[in-house]
Amino acid sequence: MLKKRIIPCLDIKDGRTVKGINFVELRDAGDAVELARRYVLEGADELVFLDITATVENRKTLTELVRRVAEEINIPFTVGGGISSLEDAQAIIRAGADKVSLNTSAVDHPELLTEIASQFGSQCVVLAIDTKLVDGEWMVFVHGGRTPTPLRTIDWAREGEKRGAGEILLTSMNNDGTRDGFAIDITRSVSDAVNIPVIASGGAGTMAHFVEVFRQTRASAALAASIFHFGEIPIPTLKQYLKEQNIPIR
Amino acid sequence: MIVIIKYNAGNITSVYNAVKRLGYPCKVTDDVDEIRHAEKVIFPGVGEAGTAMIYLKERGLDKVIKSLLQPTLGVCLGLQLMCSHTEEGDTECFGIFDAIVKKFPATDIVPHMGWNNLSDVESALFRNFCRDDTTYFVHSYYAEICMQTIATCDYILPFSAAIRRDNFYATQFHPEKSGSVGEQILKNFLEL
Repeated sequence: MLKKRIIPCLDIKDGRTVKGINFVELRDAGDAVELARRYVLEGADELVFLDITATVENRKTLTELVRRVAEEINIPFTVGGGISSLEDAQAIIRAGADKVSLNTSAVDHPELLTEIASQFGSQCVVLAIDTKLVDGEWMVFVHGGRTPTPLRTIDWAREGEKRGAGEILLTSMNNDGTRDGFAIDITRSVSDAVNIPVIASGGAGTMAHFVEVFRQTRASAALAASIFHFGEIPIPTLKQYLKEQNIPIR
Repeated sequence: MIVIIKYNAGNITSVYNAVKRLGYPCKVTDDVDEIRHAEKVIFPGVGEAGTAMIYLKERGLDKVIKSLLQPTLGVCLGLQLMCSHTEEGDTECFGIFDAIVKKFPATDIVPHMGWNNLSDVESALFRNFCRDDTTYFVHSYYAEICMQTIATCDYILPFSAAIRRDNFYATQFHPEKSGSVGEQILKNFLEL
C-alpha cells in the first residue's frame, strides 16, 4: 500500500536552516546537510529545502548546497526558492535535486511549469502555493507571502496541474507557525480538485494534527519544520503513532 | 568499472552518487566502447519515453544496450524502455522484456509517488529484502506483469516492480532513492 509521506522542511538562509514564525522572525536551527543526514536516519520519507531569502534578495539557490546534499542522502529531495527560469531549474536538477519547487515565478510565468516539465518530466515540478484566507476566500500570495495576487487557490492549483506540475505543496499562511493544526478545509478542497499529490503544510503542532490531515483530506504527504528541528516531535515517534492510528506509514 | 549510461534523461547524478557511496568506481558515459567493456552497466532515467528513445537511437545506444552480456540494471524509465512497447508517445522499445507499458488509469492520484511495498519478490536482486520493506516510486506509466516479473507492486492495479531476463535486471522503483533498503538492492546488483 502506498504510504503517506512525512516531510521535514529545511528553510535555508546562507546554507543554514532557519524557521520563520509566520514568515517573518528567523531563528537559527543548524547546518543543513547535518540536519538532512539526521532526518534520513530518523526515517523522513523525503526532504524539502527552501531558500527562503532567495526571492526577496534576488539570490539564486545555492547549487553547491544541493550538490553536497545529493552526495550525502539517499532519499528524494526538493529544492525551492528563487528558481525563476529554466536555467535555474536545470542547475538545481543537474546538481542532484529530484524536484524543484516554484512559487512566485510560476505565478509570474506559468509557462515555466510546462517548460521544466517537458524537459525533465512532471514528477520533478512542484508547484508551491502560499495561501491565505481573505474575506472568506483562500487566495494565492507570492514573494514569501508578502504580496497578494488575484488568484483563487483552487483555480491556481488546477491551472498548475494542467500546465505540468506533478505535485502541489500547499502552505496555509493562516496556520503556518501557529501549531494549531493544518488548514483542513483548503487542503481538502485542493486535494479533491486535482489528481496529483498534494503536500499539506503549515500549522503542525501535535501528532494528532497529522492524523487529522490524512483522515480528512486526500493529502499524500504532510510537511513540517520547527517541530522536527527542535526535536519536539521526533520523526520515529510520530511515525509509530501514525501507524497505531492505522495511517499507512513507512 | 561500473558504467552509468549517459543520455537525455534526468536523475543520473543520483544513481552515480549512490554507487559512489557504496564504494564502487563508476563512470557516467555514452561512449560505446566503455559501455561494452564495463563490468556492469546501469541504465537509469526519469523522463519522457519517446524523446529518450529518439536520442538513444540517434546514437546507436539502443542496439548497444540490447546486445550487452554483463549484468545490466534498468531503473524507472530504463525498465520501461527495456519492455516491448510503451503507450507514452506510442513508442517501440527494446523488447528485452515481454511486458507492455501502459498509463495508469486516473482512478487515483497519478503519478504513483512515494514509498510502497513489494510482493512476489524472487531474485538475488532482493537478497535481505524483508516483507515490510518499501521502496520509492515515481511514475505515471507502469509495466504489466509478465513471465519475467520478479517483484510486483499494487497501486491502482498490480504491476511489475522489477523484471529480469538473463543478465538484464530492471526496477520501476528508484533503489538510489530508497534509503537503506534501496542501497541493499543496489549492492546486491553490484555483487552479482
